[in-house]
Amino acid sequence: MALIGELSVQISQMLLVLLLAPLLTGFVRKAKARLLRRRGPPLLQPYRDLLRLARKEAVVAHSASWLFRFVPYLVFAATWVAAALIPTFATGLLFSWSADLIAIIALLGSARFFLALAGMDVGTSFGGIGASREAMFATLAEPAMIMIVFTLALVAGSTQLSTMAGFMTSPAVGLRVSLGMALIALVIVAIAENGRIPVDNPATHLELTMVHEAMTLEYSGRHLALIELASWLKLLVYVSLISCVFAPWGLAHEGKGFSAHAIGILVYLGKLALAGILLALFETTIAKMRVFRVPDFVGVALMLGFLAVLLRFVSGSL
Amino acid sequence: MPVAFFLACDAGLLILAALAVLLHSRPVATTVIYGGALALCLAQLAGALIHLVGDFAPSAVVLPVGLPWIGANFRLDALSAFFLGVINLGAASASLYGLGAGRHEPEPQRVLPFFPAFLAGMNLVLLADDAFTFLASWEFMSLASWALVMAHHREPRNARAGYVYIVMASVGTMALLLAFGLLAGPAGGYAFAAIRANGVTPGLAALVLGLVLIGAGSKAGLAPLHVWLPLAHPAAPSHVSALMSGVMTKVAVYGFIRIVFDLLGPAAWWWGVPVMALGAATAVLGVLHALMQTDLKRVLAYSTIENIGLIFAGLGLALAFKANGFAAAAALAATAALFHVLNHAIFKSLLFFGAGAVLTATGERGMDRLGGLLNRMPATGLFVLIGCAAISALPPLNGFASDWLLLQSILLSPQLPQWALKILAPAIGAMLALAAALAAACFVRFFGVAFLGRPRSAAAEAAREIDPTTLAAMGFLALLCVLAGVLPGFVIDALAPVARGLTGAQMPWQGGIAWLSIAPIAESRSSYNGLLVFLFIAASASLVAVAIHRLASNVVRRAPAWDCGFPDASPATQYTAESFGQPIRRVFGPFAFRAQERLDMPAPGDRRSARLKVEMHDLVWEFLYLPVVRAVEYVALRLNRLQFLTIRQYLSVVFGALVALLLVLASWP
Repeated sequence: MALIGELSVQISQMLLVLLLAPLLTGFVRKAKARLLRRRGPPLLQPYRDLLRLARKEAVVAHSASWLFRFVPYLVFAATWVAAALIPTFATGLLFSWSADLIAIIALLGSARFFLALAGMDVGTSFGGIGASREAMFATLAEPAMIMIVFTLALVAGSTQLSTMAGFMTSPAVGLRVSLGMALIALVIVAIAENGRIPVDNPATHLELTMVHEAMTLEYSGRHLALIELASWLKLLVYVSLISCVFAPWGLAHEGKGFSAHAIGILVYLGKLALAGILLALFETTIAKMRVFRVPDFVGVALMLGFLAVLLRFVSGSL
Repeated sequence: MPVAFFLACDAGLLILAALAVLLHSRPVATTVIYGGALALCLAQLAGALIHLVGDFAPSAVVLPVGLPWIGANFRLDALSAFFLGVINLGAASASLYGLGAGRHEPEPQRVLPFFPAFLAGMNLVLLADDAFTFLASWEFMSLASWALVMAHHREPRNARAGYVYIVMASVGTMALLLAFGLLAGPAGGYAFAAIRANGVTPGLAALVLGLVLIGAGSKAGLAPLHVWLPLAHPAAPSHVSALMSGVMTKVAVYGFIRIVFDLLGPAAWWWGVPVMALGAATAVLGVLHALMQTDLKRVLAYSTIENIGLIFAGLGLALAFKANGFAAAAALAATAALFHVLNHAIFKSLLFFGAGAVLTATGERGMDRLGGLLNRMPATGLFVLIGCAAISALPPLNGFASDWLLLQSILLSPQLPQWALKILAPAIGAMLALAAALAAACFVRFFGVAFLGRPRSAAAEAAREIDPTTLAAMGFLALLCVLAGVLPGFVIDALAPVARGLTGAQMPWQGGIAWLSIAPIAESRSSYNGLLVFLFIAASASLVAVAIHRLASNVVRRAPAWDCGFPDASPATQYTAESFGQPIRRVFGPFAFRAQERLDMPAPGDRRSARLKVEMHDLVWEFLYLPVVRAVEYVALRLNRLQFLTIRQYLSVVFGALVALLLVLASWP
């Protein structure tokens, strides 16, 4: 019986993240437009984009190899699996033990690895520029992320996300300097990894500063649809991660009934909306950076993460 | 498994070496030598696996050769068996590669005799049970590999590579010789059993640790003694490069473990500090260098340095835990390091085979003259891609499994009582994470520039797939990358006797955990399941592919590249290896290489072309080696006068030296 319950939570979570990812992106776009006093595209526009892209034929360059057509599925699958393993509205996921937080981060790293390769596959200068810049950002963002994971793991005594979320709701947490630093660092990493302003602008095309869009420039049709969906899922992953670790209230714990799960979903929707509004506010109040300022920005996250771990090592109570 | 079986196989390898000399350059020689080496290595691999999995008692034998009052002692225990497995796995696949690609060797008689001799030397190091046999086999291994480095001696850079290699190898062996001298003590008990019984004072132990770090570290490629490695490894034929990088460095790791964990007695807490610090520094330095290289095999050689750094960081952590009595944590760190030893042997051999296949198909090693090879060599490309993903520590492949274990062991280090370790451990963690991220960038660059994009030269355009035997060697290793990644529990369990021998504890038995997960301490604390992650990714990717192809469009139209409406006609406009590394060079270059970019922009109207000049320094070479070289040259120049003395002056020099020595002896306490 418990198995069926966990399985249903797991499957509903997988479907939920898939359904909500375009909505979150649409919501952020709408919120940004409203802040700029524009009307903005409808909330459901991302779904329409996906459907239209999926129906179109895929145009593939002559020089592309099989890797080019394979990568969208792989990137999407890796991101989806990562999203499926983060507790969003309930902790009792059937497969949560199959990958801890380090493995989830590494799964997102796999997606990036193959996306950067796909960017280089056609052999255009834009693809290369995107891939090399993405690689540069990742060399700082990934260690920063590992440092954040270390901090959380040392506080909670586990790298399993469900255990962490459980610990964070317990009174043993308290206010800790290291957790505050980890939160700031995690937000910076999330902004950099998702290519949001000030690191990259998700709305640009044909600009020499673009990173993610340059890598995926050659994609079209269903391939582009998958890559777009994967990048929206990634935003959802980071928002879910931050809310699961730093705002784990309302999560339905294992063995709770249907009503707890329903409440969990409602609270999760509320958290997503709040995160979307905060992201839109942040993006409208800040300008995009030059590419070579980004290492300083992400470097701050790395330093904060490192300091947080160091604090955890030298003192158990900080 | 009796040790005599392995000795018989190694004698067989030595006979093969002699046979290769007799066969000279007959066409059949390649098949006979590589075929024989393949069979003997597979036999030893099977023997090592049986010994390891069966958890048999150590077996020893004394042969009446070597030093007269000791003989040649050989012994097989779990540690030797594990390394024998790793070495013969790499050696068997290199022999298989040689069966295929060895036919393209221009001067086979320069490779064939030394290849089996090299293999025999490495195997004998692992079996040696006294200092004399160990050092003799070690030197035999060094010399055989030196001969292989010099196989293509007409290429201009190889002579220098061979020279630097032989100098560094001699320095390393001398350090080991001194280390064994200290270990044996004044009584001169050179058998390992006598050394274990002997024991050394803490001061001497520190000296031995330093000497072993120099001796084994220089062979493994530990910074700052790594300078020979990126010169020598790429110079050899590709399957020998694979052996040197994937396998011979592991023999050096074995030497370090054997002496420091086994012979040197109980560890002091601070032993881990230099090992960890050097390891982490090596990892970051190696991969940063790898990101700046444009030669396929040099990238791989520098990446070997990085991986050796990871292994030593794990070993240092294990030492620190062991000295403080945290046996379970020490077992975890040691298992992670040993797992990485196996993984690196697999994927580095695979990648060197891939580079060799590219070299055979195109005659090019420079990344900036390659490109588009995935379309022309699809199978090689796929295998190299798997190797690249594995070495970049991507789940669910094997590199991630060992990396994950290493990070888990760092998470246990807050319990260490010493402040130096408390502060060092998180720094090590940060540097390992940085090295892993840089490695991913390095291998995106490696694969992206060489195999993807459009061909940058006529040779790359005309490349054809390599022969099936060579592909089989690569395919076998690629399969192992996947298997060791999705089923890490079996590897961890096989490593249990080794970890027990080194640290007195072993990781919890992984075979009993449901669904083949691995859990280093407890499932509630951390667990990882490579198999499920693999199945999930495969299932969701296929699900989406089927759904989209059924429900939406499955039409594909081939068209010219879009490139924002400005497609570049020339393949030279693609990103190159240099340009891919440029952002990372701008971030890390100023302090790692003192890199400087100078732009010479002509004034408007001036028609000469603009120039961008990049200046980079190998700081280790400039600040450590060049002063030594200069000092040696200075002293040699001054001492040169001694070569032109008269016979009277020589006699007086000899007399003076004799008197001085007698005085020293007389005044010795």
